[in-house]
Amino acid sequence: MSGVLSREWLLSETPASRRQAAWVRRYRGWLQLRANRLAMVGLVTALVMIIASLAAPLLAWQDPSAQNLAGRLAPPSFAHWFGTDELGRDIYARILYGGRVTLGMVVAVVLLVAPIGLVVGSVAGYLGGIVDRVLMRVTDVFLAFPRLVLALAFVAALKPGISSAVIAIALTAWPPYARLARADTLTVRSSDFIAAVRLTGAGSARIILRHIMPLCLSSVIVRVTLDMSGIILTAAALGFLGMGAQPPMPEWGTMIASSRAFILDQWWVPTIPGVAIFVASLAFNLLGDGMRDVLDPRQR
Amino acid sequence: MIEVDGLSVRFGRVEAVKALSFGVARGESFGIVGESGSGKSTVLRALSGLNPDWTGRMVIDGQALTPHRSKEFHRQVQMVFQDPYGSLHPRQTVDRLLSEPLQVHGMDNPERRILRGLNEVALPATVRFRYPHQLSGGQRQRVAIARALMAEPQVLLLDEPTSALDVSVQAEVLNLLVDLQQARGLTYILVSHNLAVVAHLCGRVGVMQAGEMVELLSADDLRAGRTQHPHTASLRELSIELEEPETT
Amino acid sequence: MLVEIRNLRVQFPTATGLSDAVRNVSLTLGQEKLGIVGESGSGKSLTARSILRLLPSNAILSADKLTFDTIDVLRADENALRRIRGARAGLILQDPKYSLNPVMTAGAQIAEAWRAHRGGGRKLAEQAAIDLLAQVQIRDPKHVAGSYPHELSGGMGQRVMIAMMLAPDPELLIADEPTSALDATVQAEILRLIEDLVSRRGMGLILISHDLPLVSHFCDRVAVMYAGRIVEELAAGDLLRARHPYTRGLLGCLPTLGHRQARLTVMQRDPSWLET
Repeated sequence: MSGVLSREWLLSETPASRRQAAWVRRYRGWLQLRANRLAMVGLVTALVMIIASLAAPLLAWQDPSAQNLAGRLAPPSFAHWFGTDELGRDIYARILYGGRVTLGMVVAVVLLVAPIGLVVGSVAGYLGGIVDRVLMRVTDVFLAFPRLVLALAFVAALKPGISSAVIAIALTAWPPYARLARADTLTVRSSDFIAAVRLTGAGSARIILRHIMPLCLSSVIVRVTLDMSGIILTAAALGFLGMGAQPPMPEWGTMIASSRAFILDQWWVPTIPGVAIFVASLAFNLLGDGMRDVLDPRQR
Repeated sequence: MIEVDGLSVRFGRVEAVKALSFGVARGESFGIVGESGSGKSTVLRALSGLNPDWTGRMVIDGQALTPHRSKEFHRQVQMVFQDPYGSLHPRQTVDRLLSEPLQVHGMDNPERRILRGLNEVALPATVRFRYPHQLSGGQRQRVAIARALMAEPQVLLLDEPTSALDVSVQAEVLNLLVDLQQARGLTYILVSHNLAVVAHLCGRVGVMQAGEMVELLSADDLRAGRTQHPHTASLRELSIELEEPETT
Repeated sequence: MLVEIRNLRVQFPTATGLSDAVRNVSLTLGQEKLGIVGESGSGKSLTARSILRLLPSNAILSADKLTFDTIDVLRADENALRRIRGARAGLILQDPKYSLNPVMTAGAQIAEAWRAHRGGGRKLAEQAAIDLLAQVQIRDPKHVAGSYPHELSGGMGQRVMIAMMLAPDPELLIADEPTSALDATVQAEILRLIEDLVSRRGMGLILISHDLPLVSHFCDRVAVMYAGRIVEELAAGDLLRARHPYTRGLLGCLPTLGHRQARLTVMQRDPSWLET
């Protein structure tokens, strides 16, 4: 046990404590993820984008809302790395600050959606019967509405703004997660190892929380990473319709929406936030693909 | 210890078990043999509480069983499954698997109990923090047996516990089951398609066919061929014929 | 000789280098019934599948000689292999549930196998399928031909599998634990059927199983494998005179109905078994 957190300790075939066993599993997962080059590209890109947004005040030397109508729609230059938009605001600064809003919205949506979907799906799948039918019909009702229309209705009922947009997107985004978790639950619920836990006398809540949810978690995490691009786009659409981020707050989707008229003459103005969305989505997608391989319990 | 009277189990329109009756004394091993689809595993699942759709009367240790089982029942009656690959949670270490019953029943001194449990099934303490996929089939089945014994039950229901194992491992597990029974005074119900395994472990054997128990006889009678029902006789003959190597 | 194997070796890459799954295996097979017996992981399936080069994609196969009816399997290209696989050598697997196509009737699957190897019209193939089903002793072949795999019992499914393998009239049949998913009575019937068909058609048979006494009833010769090696090869009738402690251990640790043992003998594995 000498050298806690040494390589030998982390790769031990015979861990000596619960803590070590957990670390060995994590480390092996990490090694597997690290071996997947595309997933690492995704991970590094995503981390760089998140850190850059958090450190926006340090990295951007211009105020993202400072207007300079004399220098509007300027092409990329040394002073304005990504040029300026239709109000002469520095796009580089707006991308950095906008990342806070856009990525923050994505994270908030995910934190709301994944647990709801997971709970609804695994409870419905495990308990079955009337509970399953009621929960799944509710899920179907939410699925039946076009995502954007439902989100719009919610935001209109609340007041336009980022937090309303997050709640609205979350409300429309959870049903697929519930379906996914339910499908996963159905495949494990009749397995012998769940039967064995039932025979220890454990209650349904304990079985769902401690034995079934951990198994559904992996596919939900993967789905989340694959879904992030969709969430960004919905947030952008809401912003475009004036229901999401309010001006002058920078947000990637809103930035594209407000500058789409300049795509032919000053292509960089809408293109650069588009590239940001594209890169972020791609990074999360690649990461999600790699995570699927690491997290799939059936592959071990 | 165990009294089953007129047990019937239906799956939709199919009657999988038809008015079955048998009794098992405390400390006894009772075997149920039959071919697949004869309903032998269904009996165990009804007894264990995994299948609540049954009619008839089942009594364990003086307590009549209801479809819903109490925690107390699960402490008393445990089950070992056929497939050691499927009956252990793939994401839990041996330690976690063994501590689950202790936590559910709020038992004291988990550390000592886990170490003793591993020792009892002759597993080294080094496997404690490993995952099921890192163990061999025989080791996994030992873990499953250790888990079943964690809550100190009096009855162990064994559903083909060795049929997924290699013959040399089967011998080790069968010896282990014999030792455990002697040490703890356990009552076994063993379900298997293998007559030799059942006769080895059990004193009395029930033969099932198409949901009915067609014959109930002692293992000695089964060995000696003192059978009443033609199905028992044919199962026995086949088993004897195929278990001896061909000699020239 | 139908099959000749000399010094076969199958390796798999692991984190610490190559590990041998099969090593130093030499076998010959004519028109006879050979049993390969061993525990899980002993390399018995890999050995038999090497003949058809049906190994996992990361397996590394090498041998001094590996021929099927004078065709060098090691150097054969995919086309040549395809002319062997399924056409001149059939493979029967453990569970028919997984080897039959669930959305095609049994008859259609056999007819397709028949047409793929012999050509001919649809009508002809359908008739051939029913003939084949009758040959594997199915009482109502017309009815079974029109059934889907999930409507068939395990034993029936395995008969359909065998009928399908017989369609191209192969010279070699490899049966990889063909009956371990089946009941004892059905198991005996299927093995008798295979034995009978093989003898009547003058085919070679490789029967892979973990059940040593069982195999001895249906084979002429038995090769016992342990940890990737053949530790003993002997005539089926000589099993009780087996020399190697592993073979004897395999026989000794079985509980039997015939005589009562208080405790079963547990095999003591000797590291020296790995050295031969």
